[in-house]
Amino acid sequence: MQILVVLVPCSLKLGLGALVAFIWTIRARQYDDMEGDAARVLLDEDA
Amino acid sequence: MSVTACPGCATAPVGGRRGAIDVPTHHLVLPGIHCAGCISTVEAALLQQPAIRAARVNLTKRRVSIVSEPGTDPTPWIVALSRAGFDAFEAGAPEERQGDDLLLPLGVAGFAMMNVMLLSVAVWSGAVDSTRDFLHWISAAIALPATAFSAQPFFRHAWSALRVGRLNMDVPISLAIILACGMSVYEVMHGGAHAWFDAALALTFFLLIGRVLDQRLRRRARSAADDLAALEPARTTRIEGDARINRPVAEIAVGDRLWITAGARVPVDAVLEAGETQVDCSFLTGESDPVTRQAGEALYAGEVILSGPVTLRATAVGEDTTLRRIAQLVATAEVSRGHFRSLADRAAAIYTPAVHIISAAAFLGWLIVTGDMRMALNVAIATLIITCPCALGLAVPAVAVAATSQLYRRGLLLTSDTALERLAGVDMVVFDKTGTLTERRLTVPADMTDAARAVLRSLSEASDHPLCRGLLSGLQDVSPAPLRDIHEETGEGVRAVWKDQAVFLGRRTPTDAAVVLRIGADEVLLPARETLVPSAIPAVAGLRALGLKTAMLTGDSPENATRMAGDVGIDRVWSGERAERKLDIIEGLKADGLRVLMVGDGLNDHAAISAADVSIAPGSALDATRNAADIILVAGDMAQIPDAIRTSRAACRRMKQNFGIAAAYNSVAVPIAVLGFATPLAAAVAMSTSSITVVVNAVRGFQRCKSWLSWCRVH
Repeated sequence: MQILVVLVPCSLKLGLGALVAFIWTIRARQYDDMEGDAARVLLDEDA
Repeated sequence: MSVTACPGCATAPVGGRRGAIDVPTHHLVLPGIHCAGCISTVEAALLQQPAIRAARVNLTKRRVSIVSEPGTDPTPWIVALSRAGFDAFEAGAPEERQGDDLLLPLGVAGFAMMNVMLLSVAVWSGAVDSTRDFLHWISAAIALPATAFSAQPFFRHAWSALRVGRLNMDVPISLAIILACGMSVYEVMHGGAHAWFDAALALTFFLLIGRVLDQRLRRRARSAADDLAALEPARTTRIEGDARINRPVAEIAVGDRLWITAGARVPVDAVLEAGETQVDCSFLTGESDPVTRQAGEALYAGEVILSGPVTLRATAVGEDTTLRRIAQLVATAEVSRGHFRSLADRAAAIYTPAVHIISAAAFLGWLIVTGDMRMALNVAIATLIITCPCALGLAVPAVAVAATSQLYRRGLLLTSDTALERLAGVDMVVFDKTGTLTERRLTVPADMTDAARAVLRSLSEASDHPLCRGLLSGLQDVSPAPLRDIHEETGEGVRAVWKDQAVFLGRRTPTDAAVVLRIGADEVLLPARETLVPSAIPAVAGLRALGLKTAMLTGDSPENATRMAGDVGIDRVWSGERAERKLDIIEGLKADGLRVLMVGDGLNDHAAISAADVSIAPGSALDATRNAADIILVAGDMAQIPDAIRTSRAACRRMKQNFGIAAAYNSVAVPIAVLGFATPLAAAVAMSTSSITVVVNAVRGFQRCKSWLSWCRVH
């Protein structure tokens, strides 16, 4: 059971990392225009 | 793009392409955009404008935000967009990001739930003694702060209800979350086997999903209402000295002189300074024939100038205009809507007391039978958690979001959150005639020569004036004549040269609204006639196929009305009715037990629209009418109405199914919980499966990819 001492902090860190990434996506306004972003994938920006 | 700042910082850079420094100065509403092609066309057209530094389309909101100098006149941009094929309207800045409030709590609850769930799996798979306590303590360390943060929306709502001595759905939710956390902490401190941290978080998470969906729905309805306000003529031309300057209507004061071109709406109440003009006041009277006004006579806000340009002097502005005052008078008549109780409300009214009574009974029962307080509390908490309306909270919003998104894609904007359910219950559809079922159209005289038809076709193709587009539909089988030097004179007509002769399609003289085709010296009059809009016949046929009664309610003469009703296939006609009578007729139908859908556009329909159970107005209607209506047909395509009713009925059926599913889960889970067999594992399984089933059932069949299919076809 000693392995828990390593694994539990690991899983907590991963979860926290994901949460921080999620907060960043909110701050970067990535949920403001989901339909538009889906459509923009098809645009050739360089053309 | 580099992101070096702390992601949690409010001042984190938001990406180079959007530019944190470049705050948008202008917003345009673009009701017609729907695909990637539209995005690139609009952005390219705008970026060619010298005054524009940046432009970005938001497809979800059907808006484009533009960075330019503050106070720049956006008219040339709107003209450029209309050349590119998009109608654009100036709008105010959108409300700032209030709606994302719940995303953060949702994220926190979601990630906390996943972690606690992982730890719980370890407990359920057989951890004992100190290992179990260790895992429980870590769970507590994650769950307590996470619920304290994420469940605040529920706590706040519950408290605001409790303070005035009432119960709402949030009271049992808050109670369950608080009790589950509190009891779990007590259990963990005493080395107990069961902790409910994962259940408390899962409850918060699933319910927040429902709230986020609900919020998105309301936000979309609200922003739709904001956008509609933009369709009103927000700007007009004021004569200042010798110059004609484009000004916002809000700046117009009594006594100002205005310059109005043919085809424009009068922005404020005014008198005609000189000459005479023909106006279309069908929005007020419902009659389609133009009226002639002489110098010194009054014109009312909302009337359309048919011959011009004319000079007016403003006599009443803002809230004092006749249009506003009538709209306000009618607004006081809006009472019927308040009494409508949505499915969700009715479910909550049964559900909330039931939850409390069952858990209280379980607690008392176990306390009396066993005398064990701890045991009784555990059972009560298990009951609260299992009965808590996870699936119920998702049952309605998930369906409503799927259905309204589908309607939105078809050009129907729902401006009220109960409109969907009210639309589903309709059993009679009442149409206004003028402007809704019919439009004024030019007709081609039967004796016109083939050569003249060819010229007419080419000239009308050159203009995007609505009357020209109407003409084209009668000239489909004519091959166009080769023209050169085509140019359009706003408010007058289209000129060109054909075989060295000057040709012209437009007003006979600037003050005469009659339209002629002139080839050299020959002149042919194109008589205007009231004709059905193309989508009227499929719309009425579709409604009849759904088994709905149809009727027409109009201020026009009985002969006209009966003829049009016969052409379109409407059963019942009331003609020659004034606005007040229209209200009485709708009230009469409602008194007979019918649920009425009113489709109308004018101010004369305003009272009827407000009184009907549910109402639809075309996007071209006056703002007062649009505000009173529940649903706006953005593109004015009435053939969508039967489809909309079918979608709303399907949505309501789906909501009831969802309630059924949730009830079925509860009928199995509640006895288990009350009898004391529920473990945290059972609660987690029941909660997740019922929530997922309900969401999957909600989105099933409501297509999301329609716009992609249409995009692929076009390109």
